[in-house]
Amino acid sequence: MAKFTAKPNELSKINLTPRRKEWMDTPVEIREHMYCHPAKIKDLQTVDFSHAREWKPADEDWKLPQNWEQIVLDGMQALLKKYRSFQVFMDICVRCGACADKCHFFIGTGDPKNMPVLRAELLRSVYRGNFTLAGKILKKINGARTLTPEVIKEWWYYFYQCTECRRCSVFCPYGIDQAEITMMGRELTNLLGLQIGWIAGPVAACYMKGNHLGLEPHTITSSVELFVDDIESITGIRVEPTFNRKGAEILFVTPSGDLFANPGTYTAMGYLMLFHELGLDYTWSTYASEGGNFGFFTTNEMAKRLNAKIYAEAKRLGVKWILGGECGHMWRVLHQYMDTWNGPADFLEVPRSPLTGTVFDNAKATRMVHIAEFTADLIRNGKLQLDPGRNDHLKVTFHDSCNTSRGMGMLEEPRYIIRNVCNHFYEMPEDTIREKTFCCGSGTGLNASENMELRMRGGFPRANAVKYVREKYGVNMLANICAIDRATLSASMDYWNPGVQVCGAHELVANALVMKGEKERTQDIRLEPLPGEEETENV
Amino acid sequence: MDLKGLLAAKKDAILRKWFDAVLESYPADTSNFLKTKKNRFANPVGYSLTKGLEALFDGLLQGVEIETLSPSLDSIVRIRAVQGMAPSKAMIFPFLLKNAIRGELEPELRGDRFSGEMTALESAIDALALHAFNIYMQCREKIYALQAEESQRLTYRLLQKAKMVCEVQGEDPGTGSSKDTKK
Repeated sequence: MAKFTAKPNELSKINLTPRRKEWMDTPVEIREHMYCHPAKIKDLQTVDFSHAREWKPADEDWKLPQNWEQIVLDGMQALLKKYRSFQVFMDICVRCGACADKCHFFIGTGDPKNMPVLRAELLRSVYRGNFTLAGKILKKINGARTLTPEVIKEWWYYFYQCTECRRCSVFCPYGIDQAEITMMGRELTNLLGLQIGWIAGPVAACYMKGNHLGLEPHTITSSVELFVDDIESITGIRVEPTFNRKGAEILFVTPSGDLFANPGTYTAMGYLMLFHELGLDYTWSTYASEGGNFGFFTTNEMAKRLNAKIYAEAKRLGVKWILGGECGHMWRVLHQYMDTWNGPADFLEVPRSPLTGTVFDNAKATRMVHIAEFTADLIRNGKLQLDPGRNDHLKVTFHDSCNTSRGMGMLEEPRYIIRNVCNHFYEMPEDTIREKTFCCGSGTGLNASENMELRMRGGFPRANAVKYVREKYGVNMLANICAIDRATLSASMDYWNPGVQVCGAHELVANALVMKGEKERTQDIRLEPLPGEEETENV
Repeated sequence: MDLKGLLAAKKDAILRKWFDAVLESYPADTSNFLKTKKNRFANPVGYSLTKGLEALFDGLLQGVEIETLSPSLDSIVRIRAVQGMAPSKAMIFPFLLKNAIRGELEPELRGDRFSGEMTALESAIDALALHAFNIYMQCREKIYALQAEESQRLTYRLLQKAKMVCEVQGEDPGTGSSKDTKK
């Protein structure tokens, strides 16, 4: 919210009509509640990021390094040389505007610089002015501009108002990937030490301890023990997960957030119950203890460094293949980058379900399977006994995570699972799901608290579609397959759609899963009474 | 014809004027999008404004209790409370209806014929604005509450493990439920 500055006698004279100005002539206004706090010096130094210093976004002077201009231009040159896509995206946009109104941040904020085309122009204008002949000669006429500290501020402000969700790319006739442009923008600002704390903290923790929360092995195992206790009280069955076990068939890797953040914890309990019921020969790792990769929101090199531990641990433990939990950006990284960064994983086998015999050819390169594919295959082959009636208190809709839907084409598997474990499933309107899904509004490391206002604006288009199915069908549960969604959509629903809760698909599986030897269930995974058991609970 | 009849006859024109005036609080490129894109899911802000303003207008015309207009007010205020506007700008929209009516009915409102009814209507609009401000404050307070609740939710199991949470009768930060659960 902007600060209240009008004097009483000015209140009646407010001119609401904004002045018409070209975007280049509209200076950036760094507004509180729209940005995340800067990174801590120690976190940047942990991973050798340069120019770590104390600075404040609200200050006039950002204490840029003395040769900041050279750093940025050299950096841009290097990126243009390294990534052909970046060069192409800088050159081919014809500014048709097809992407302009597709961004959740533009729709929610109303800020024209959140139109993807204009956000990209922030970078293109500098590219033209410094790397193209026409731009150098014609300057502003050619859409070029000079690099100034104000431009750097504008980059930082707006590239941290993009969640790299790639919805705009679906509508671009040239297929320009705005996420890659934002990645380049973030790489460049990172060169100047302009990183945010909510990203740099997890990156440093992951680099040192293996996960974003900086959890040490004993903390991980003891928190899983808490799940084991809760599962026993619900089902009467004590599941027995193993950690760092050499010779296991499968290594399981999932986002660490699900070990501690509600409601993701219930999804993690679902994994434990499912694997126990299957008698799966698998192990958790307390070293490769993070599926997510916040390094992906800083630089390509950092993402690669953090990702390396997954294959390294798989090799150390001697597993045959890797199974991954529900997550969004984790899967874009694993699906599209891991093989070329840290592969080939020729020491692993092509994943094959030990229960159904299904060979996951789609994971032939990475040797890592998404748990939604794995579970959908189990259901398809009749390997699970399910009682969807246990989810009858829930009217469920499904939010496609940006990265799993647009990044890896996973559209049907989670729906297939949900339809088999729930009796009441309702889709949101067509233009808001599948490839056209709206972002949660808090991805790419923007899920901090200090920018809650930005998150609520960016989350509005998604929440608006949820509101529709809530009013039409009485939907009260928003399912998804992403840890960040589970963490952030809870706040979004609380603001826009109070009463709608959030869960992972495997929480619903856990509710419906009939386990061999279980006691009669009276509670769901949240320890709340199942439908029909409310009276018993209150006695 | 009384004032209500006049307002009903000119409803579309008044609503258009009101809507346009509200949209002036957005940049030109944005207001054009909000005005022209009709799909309720592609343009949820424009849709919410259109539907909300119409419902408020109808309610005022029918003379319903202001409290019954809360859902319509909420659908507009909840958006504007997080759009970075100063409170005075975010909450100006009820008052803009006065301008829209006076602008559209300018010839008819000359003289004293409708002055009594107009005073009553403008008082109702003022009451609407005050009620809108209540909702605005609830939204703002909710934003700050969300920040606190989320930090608890994100570290819930760590707090539990450190025995910093205990069983109480109340709301669970993890689920938002009001069952006898953990906090």
